[in-house]
Amino acid sequence: MVWYFFRRLFLVIPTLVGVSIAVFAMVRLIPGDPALAMAGPHATPDYVQQIRLRLSLDEPLHVQYDRFMSGLLQGDLGRSTRTQRPVTAELWDKFPHTVELTLASLLIATAFGLPAGIISAAKRYSIFDNLSMLIALLGVSMPVFWLGLMLMLLFSVTLGWLPSVGRGSLLHLILPALTLGASSMAFVARITRSSMLEVLRQDYVVTARAKGLRERRVIYEHALKNALIPVVTVMGLQLGILLGGAVLTETVFAWPGVGRLMVDSIQARDYPVVQGAVLLLAVSFVLVNLLVDMTYALLDPRIKYN
Amino acid sequence: MRRLLARVRSWEFVRQLRRNRMAVFGLAIVLIFLLAALFAPYLSPHDPLQRSLRQALDGPSWESPFGRDELGRDILSRVLHGARISLTIGLVSVGIGALAGVPVGAVSGYFGGAVDLLVQRLVDIMLAFPGILLAIIVVSTLGVGLTNAMIAVGIGTIPTYVRLVRGSVLSIKEYDYISAARAVGAGDLRIIFRHVLPNSMGPIVVQSTLQFAVAILWAAGLGFLGLGAQRPTPEWGAMLANSRMYIRVGAHATIFPGVAILLSVLGFNLFGDGLRDALDPRLRGRM
Repeated sequence: MVWYFFRRLFLVIPTLVGVSIAVFAMVRLIPGDPALAMAGPHATPDYVQQIRLRLSLDEPLHVQYDRFMSGLLQGDLGRSTRTQRPVTAELWDKFPHTVELTLASLLIATAFGLPAGIISAAKRYSIFDNLSMLIALLGVSMPVFWLGLMLMLLFSVTLGWLPSVGRGSLLHLILPALTLGASSMAFVARITRSSMLEVLRQDYVVTARAKGLRERRVIYEHALKNALIPVVTVMGLQLGILLGGAVLTETVFAWPGVGRLMVDSIQARDYPVVQGAVLLLAVSFVLVNLLVDMTYALLDPRIKYN
Repeated sequence: MRRLLARVRSWEFVRQLRRNRMAVFGLAIVLIFLLAALFAPYLSPHDPLQRSLRQALDGPSWESPFGRDELGRDILSRVLHGARISLTIGLVSVGIGALAGVPVGAVSGYFGGAVDLLVQRLVDIMLAFPGILLAIIVVSTLGVGLTNAMIAVGIGTIPTYVRLVRGSVLSIKEYDYISAARAVGAGDLRIIFRHVLPNSMGPIVVQSTLQFAVAILWAAGLGFLGLGAQRPTPEWGAMLANSRMYIRVGAHATIFPGVAILLSVLGFNLFGDGLRDALDPRLRGRM
């Protein structure tokens, strides 16, 4: 078991190194002269040269990567070309907001998706089942930014119940979290349903029924516990996916998170911030997945650790 | 005899597909969008780029069934031309993903060993950028624009194909007919392309259909973020990015392009799910 954890940890290292190389390469692979592209079309030659020197783009690649990595390991991601502040400071301002939004979305996705999936499986082919699976199907096909706009149209523009943009009270959180959580909700509902159906076919459930237990007890005490194992994994993986999906939702609701910072920075050619944001989102995603894998191993004793 | 068998099999497969009402519904949606894309210039009542500021944000009418956008352009015409763009995006990026991902996945699964290890680590790295993030990175490097967005989405779909084909090759290469091919002296490349890949076509076709939906979603997302198609291109995501500023005065301009995205994605998803059920009898009756 301990060995499995070590092995899993060990496997993450090449991925993280690869991510750092990808983020490093992002800027260097800009077609033409990267310094020119970063400075923008109206920059003076002096400014272009200044950028070239600051990113040491005039040095050999391995020297550049060496600088990049040693900065990275010391928590130095360079400075924003827009605000001149350290990139890490920019990121730490925004990251908690993204985490807040992501966790709230996961909470909503679980609070609605899980019961919907359980009831759908228990009452298979009922109106509730068909209806919630139809909604789940729509949830998977819905462009997240458009769902955000439609919720905004309904709840803030037409009904005036909720604020449409920005971050502040808990009320500000509802629409963005609902938007971001919708597709996860659909996914959790579908997985819960199929996992429950799978478990309900098992012999021990048949035995429980044969013993004369009430259907309610069979479902909630015998079946649910085992059906939840894959669901917990899926929820963990969704957390990582939500981090990536936050980019679009944050843009719709002007939510001051890392995703929006990244998009704004791309448009402003503020590459150090873009690199920092990409790195932060990818590393969080990898680490969350690692944690999920380990939790999964703890939850399900049937998993082999070799 | 082989031809006859193939025909019977395809007939059985078509029968299975036709029995699945949702899949037929999905296919119908896909075909409608395909027709809209092919005949957009003939179906459009107006020029999709023609501005008419006097009619800006006018609601739906007989003259403009979907209304006018913030510059007075006819939204129906723009949505129809948008179908061309979105289906092209889907085709190009799924093409890139499949052309790059299928051979790499096949080689990785077939040869195993160091090649496999290397490829899988590379895929791990690509998958470390969740969802649309990989496409965003590619676009921010190559520069914004429709063509680069297609390339970006295509690159974003490569890992899915590599994983899928690798898994399928791993199971197929254990079959006796592969050993037989090797015994009569067939080379590795011949075995991969003549014997292994044709037998994993089913999952690849299913995946491509589902990936088409993902590509449309991602490209619209990039357009919405201002990283994909640029104005005045009538791309659905970019249309939403422009019209959302006017959501309080002209909601219709934010509704119709989104409905187009939703329906086309839904169509490909339903059809893809149906194809999977029809091709894989073990899955029948589940989910």
